Amino acid sequence: MRRSMLFLPGNTPNIIINGDSLGADAVILDLEDAVSPSEKDAARILVRNAIKLMKFENCEVIVRINSLDTDYWKSDLDEIVPLKPDLIMPTKTSSAADVQIIDSYITELERKFSIGPNTVKLIPLIETALGVENAFRIATVSKRISALFLGGEDLTADLRCKRTKDGNEIDYARKRIVCAARAAGVDVYDTPFTDVNDDEGIYADAEYAKSLGFTGKSAVSPRHVAAINEVFSPSQKDVDYAYEVMEAIRIAKEQGRGAIALHGKMIDAPIVARAQQTIAMAEELLSMRGGRHE
Amino acid sequence: MSNKSVKTMREAIALSGLKDGMTVSFHHHLRNGDYVLNMVMEEIAAMNIKGLTVNASSLFDTHLPLIDHVKNHVVRKIQTDYMSGVIGRCISKGVMEEPVEFRTHGGRPSSIELGCTPIDVAFIAAPASDPMGNCTGKYGKSACGSLGYAFPDAMNAKKVIVITDNLMPYPLLGWSIPETYVDYVVEVDAIGDPSGIVSGTTKITRDPIGLIMAADAARVIQYSGLLKDGFSFQTGAGGASLAAAKFLKEIMLKEKIKGSFGLGGITGYMVEMLNAGCFESLLDVQCFDLDAVESIRSNPKHQEISSIHYASPSARSAVVDSLDVVILGATEIDTDFNVNVHTDSNGYIMGGSGGHSDTAAGAKLSMIIAPLSRARLPIVTDHVTCISTPGKDIDVVVTQKGIAINPRNKGLSDRLKQAGLNIVDINELKEIAERITGVPRKLEKGERAVAKVIYRDGTLLDTIYNVSDTR
Amino acid sequence: MTKIVKKAYAGTIESSDVYVELEPKDVGLDIQIESVVLNQFGDAIREVVIEVLEQFGVQDAKVKIVDRGALDCVIRARVEAAIKRGEGK
Repeated sequence: MRRSMLFLPGNTPNIIINGDSLGADAVILDLEDAVSPSEKDAARILVRNAIKLMKFENCEVIVRINSLDTDYWKSDLDEIVPLKPDLIMPTKTSSAADVQIIDSYITELERKFSIGPNTVKLIPLIETALGVENAFRIATVSKRISALFLGGEDLTADLRCKRTKDGNEIDYARKRIVCAARAAGVDVYDTPFTDVNDDEGIYADAEYAKSLGFTGKSAVSPRHVAAINEVFSPSQKDVDYAYEVMEAIRIAKEQGRGAIALHGKMIDAPIVARAQQTIAMAEELLSMRGGRHE
Repeated sequence: MSNKSVKTMREAIALSGLKDGMTVSFHHHLRNGDYVLNMVMEEIAAMNIKGLTVNASSLFDTHLPLIDHVKNHVVRKIQTDYMSGVIGRCISKGVMEEPVEFRTHGGRPSSIELGCTPIDVAFIAAPASDPMGNCTGKYGKSACGSLGYAFPDAMNAKKVIVITDNLMPYPLLGWSIPETYVDYVVEVDAIGDPSGIVSGTTKITRDPIGLIMAADAARVIQYSGLLKDGFSFQTGAGGASLAAAKFLKEIMLKEKIKGSFGLGGITGYMVEMLNAGCFESLLDVQCFDLDAVESIRSNPKHQEISSIHYASPSARSAVVDSLDVVILGATEIDTDFNVNVHTDSNGYIMGGSGGHSDTAAGAKLSMIIAPLSRARLPIVTDHVTCISTPGKDIDVVVTQKGIAINPRNKGLSDRLKQAGLNIVDINELKEIAERITGVPRKLEKGERAVAKVIYRDGTLLDTIYNVSDTR
Repeated sequence: MTKIVKKAYAGTIESSDVYVELEPKDVGLDIQIESVVLNQFGDAIREVVIEVLEQFGVQDAKVKIVDRGALDCVIRARVEAAIKRGEGK
């Protein structure tokens, strides 16, 4: 279950050591924008040690690496891949070719360190205009792709416009990336909300992302995590409906009927699939330690 | 007609008959902005009076000159409920021959009233007073709000001197302490620095871990069974404690719960809860910020109470006995739920019970909010360096890695587990902490007693030993 | 065998971090440790620092540690980073 992802600056021990207590489903240990060039080497070692020696309980570990147009990305992968993080997030992914370069290098490392092929998954960060245009190709070029991730901040720089709280300027990109991801059969994550101090606005932004079809949303501020979790968790209504759907299917099978309607609507495969996902998520939430979910 | 107005401090002290070996007392409502204690002690030193016992309800960094008076034998003994780190460090290094006597905010008035710690001369700093000594903390440039801790001194000391920087015409309206207890009144230029007396506003924590714990704390209260109409509540002035109050307010408003009273230690957040209708009244023994001072001045539902009324165990009853929930802090907690608020992990004194033991003893649910470790030091240990509040009075410990419930409280554990909260055994919390930080080396206790921790009933709870600097 | 050829440092004095400074030295290790938790973890910190120096084959260096309550894995990371910054290639 991945509703929320929280960025943690890769060179700040104070924040990393508490990373798994902030309620996010995934933490993104950031070797890229959060780390100054003079500290890239130290951050890499710190993040490697953190993954190796700390137990990140109840959350996935994602590492954001530096982009292909820097000297750092190879060293980042050298250091991190042997530890088998859940996901690696390549940055400024603009084309399928970009993914292939990373993919090949990881394959080499997996072989070198006797890690099973395709163990390390990718969640490319789409933050350029070209990346948006190539989103579907990016999402389908490699078996490693687990999801697409939208980076609003850098994207607006590329688009030559301002990044705003309303997000009008990234609306097309949001919808396009959701389409591309769903067409490719992978998940898709929304960019962080811009205002750290707006405790109401985060709800609206997350609701909007959910309404477009995003799987979840990222945050740079821990204060946004609870709101994101709440919005992307199934509501009681969603869960009740999901159980109704499964019950209706069960009855249909018993009665030997091919198709069945519920509340005047035909229940077809996508609705069943969605119901199963909802139930799975609800059950996971129940068994999670003290789920921050009302 | 008696003339109580005295021109100078020296004259007042002389008239009081203060002699070597006597006891003087002070309240701490001017906190770190207080001028009075230092002013008085300086005068006493200049008058060559020696060997005094100083009974101050709390001592702050600004009172550091007291240590010089100790070295010069003006002061022989200190009695207090709280001592901040700068003075505490000196005491821990062994600057005094006689151990400091730590009491609690409820135990101090009790001890005074029962005659165990008699006061010869009480000095009452008053932000507003008339020439006969009717005085209050609610008005004036140095307004501090409630004068709760000054009451037992005024009512029981042999001589009472009011010191004010705001002499008002007789009779002062809205007095707290009546003239019937006051012997002399002295006017000075300033009794304190307003910015040190009350903070502009106390703020909730912005630390994300603190906020997570605060949200859990509010949930514990919600599912404890105590959060219903008539609910009463006290919280500390620390960041996470205040955040818990904020989350609690949201729950109370959402569920339309009408509480009865808020108690404390009152901050702007409690005032907000009162004004939002979460409580019928606030019972205030001390104001922490300007919002609280403004509220106690103008809202009849916000009442001043004396420390006797607040927490004295020898009163017929005290407010803490009717309290539902209290949220407290801790520097250390051990696996028996004993709590330390007097020293840091190195043994240096940097605090004191204040109202900790009193509220923990009285409240139906006493909750500690503390991070699992602070700068690599685990909060949970085998044995606390100093027992400030005994484990039998602590029900819940909320950390970011889990919530521990005192086994004495069986029902609560089941209820909270059912609500989906992350309940762990206290021993497991200690192990989790040590797995992260490593196991700290146990420190050797010093050989000399530098302070006694006296429980609210007058019995000796623990002894604090000196810290030697070498390592 | 790794030789420290130039002064190098890593880490910061922020809470939960550790500042590590390495300087070349002719023979032997000279390790100075300052820590906010010296009483409780001073020995443990020294052990870890020596372990990492040994792991990377550093036998001679002047080491200054200013610790602000860093966890084991952080101390290891900062010492390693300082070694890699100060070593002769």
